[in-house]
Amino acid sequence: MSAVLEVDSVSKRFGGTTALRDVSLELNEGEVLALLGDNGAGKSTLIKILSGVVKPDDGTIKLDGEPVTIDSPHAARELGIETVYQDLALFDNTGAIGNFFAGREKTRFGWLRWVDDRGMRHDTEEIVDRLQVNLPSADAEIGLMSGGQRQAVACARAIAFGKRIVILDEPTSALGAREAGNVLKLIREAAEQGVSVIVISHNMEHVIEVADRAVVLRQGRYVGEEQPTKQTQEKLVSMIVGGGDR
Amino acid sequence: MATAAASSPSAGERSLNLSLRVIRFGPALILVLLIAIMTLASPFFMTGDNLSNIAVQVAPLACLAIGQLFVVLVGGIDLSVGSVLALCTVTGALAYGWDFGGPLVIPMMLLTGAAVGALNGIMLVKGRMPHAFIPTLATLNAARGLALMLSDGAPMPGMPGIVQTAGGGELGPIPVPIIIVAVFGLLAYVLLAKLQWGRWIYLVGADKEAARRLGIPVDRVIISVFIFSGLAAGLAGVITAGRTNAGYPSAGQLDELAAISAVIIGGASFFGGRGTVGGAIVGVLIFGVINNGLNLLNVSTYVQLIAIGVIVVVAVELDVFRRRLEERFRTIRGQDE
Repeated sequence: MSAVLEVDSVSKRFGGTTALRDVSLELNEGEVLALLGDNGAGKSTLIKILSGVVKPDDGTIKLDGEPVTIDSPHAARELGIETVYQDLALFDNTGAIGNFFAGREKTRFGWLRWVDDRGMRHDTEEIVDRLQVNLPSADAEIGLMSGGQRQAVACARAIAFGKRIVILDEPTSALGAREAGNVLKLIREAAEQGVSVIVISHNMEHVIEVADRAVVLRQGRYVGEEQPTKQTQEKLVSMIVGGGDR
Repeated sequence: MATAAASSPSAGERSLNLSLRVIRFGPALILVLLIAIMTLASPFFMTGDNLSNIAVQVAPLACLAIGQLFVVLVGGIDLSVGSVLALCTVTGALAYGWDFGGPLVIPMMLLTGAAVGALNGIMLVKGRMPHAFIPTLATLNAARGLALMLSDGAPMPGMPGIVQTAGGGELGPIPVPIIIVAVFGLLAYVLLAKLQWGRWIYLVGADKEAARRLGIPVDRVIISVFIFSGLAAGLAGVITAGRTNAGYPSAGQLDELAAISAVIIGGASFFGGRGTVGGAIVGVLIFGVINNGLNLLNVSTYVQLIAIGVIVVVAVELDVFRRRLEERFRTIRGQDE
């Protein structure tokens, strides 16, 4: 396995507080990496840096060994990094097609940018099929869908278009057990297809079920990593809260 | 499974679906109902001449409403269009006064509209104003003032033949203003429904923050819809100037409110992200039929104003009701899973 993403000594300050201090980590191809930590540990800042929402003060980020600058959400998408935010960033007034292709509509006729509805429908149906997303139809309005269906659409969008890396911020927090199970399955499928996944979650059971490796941050620093299992669960928790290792 | 639930929706889901569909076609149903009532009430209503009259009368309002629709779709409002219409007729009249100015009159009017529209959009976005109400309220006043200033407060008679044709000519049996509105409406439909720009307008209207995160140039989209609305006001100015054969600084007063009402009556959501060109035109026709029909029935204009007011409230309540239904829909779907 080779490192798709290398984060090297990244720091970020907001005014007087240091959100990230000299954090380094690697993400391998087809790996699901859980990012753990208490509130204020720096998880959100780190994924915001990777998805182009926040710029780091120090440090470098490499994709496939090449240093990159991710200075906007658009740049992140261009680099093959897709993010599912906690609020999902879905558009209620359109369907799965419109949401999958939002901002990157397939178009024809050059500068006229005439939308290629048939092409987008075809691709959407293929994605929905491949990822086994349960939807009434490709153009049923997202505004009429249940929480689980919405989450599934947001995750499917990220997984289908994230050529390299998919980042999920608390993907299961708002879901019932069955819906959460579907999302975890989607994540495993993405990894099997060679996409690397970073997932933030507070749910240890989900982390154990889905992640190959868990990295723990505390107060903006990297404190360690473990393969998440029933056996290492307690150790991970103590790393998160900062007891035991002092 | 959700797929199974979709193939055999519950009774609750089916009735909600039906209600949502009725609401979507609500404006068209209201129009048909009004036409039926007026036809029964007055023998003059359903005649070719009268119908063509209605269409010609509402032509400038139709242009304004189509422009307004684009702004409402991104969750905005353009209060300036009535004043901009007047300013455009005046700048057109000024251009006609220049040597060889004749061919420049229409471009001048459209350019004036687009320029004020651009100003509205730029003030809103770059000036970080809290709502589109503010910059367009400013230009509602300023454009009217400028129109009065440039014309010394009096109509400026005289328009070139092409403008007169646009306002009052006929192509075969069909009045030219109707043709202009039809072509403009078709263009607007294509822009909204078929081009990427149109898709972005709907997405920005649904959720600006999400649109930004997905790489859509939100600020540019917002500025562009105001330019479009200004252009539409310029086109309405061309028709108005042609009909009156003058630059007319007091034209279009309160037309912005009529245009907004028509758009809302036509089913567009004031929350943004919902509305169609067809709906806006239906809204305009409802306006036209009410005014014309009540005129035929000798009902006072005062009552007409009250009727419009009532319909606006009904239309907006329908939209609020629609949102409530959608929420119920979500809950039912969630329980099914």
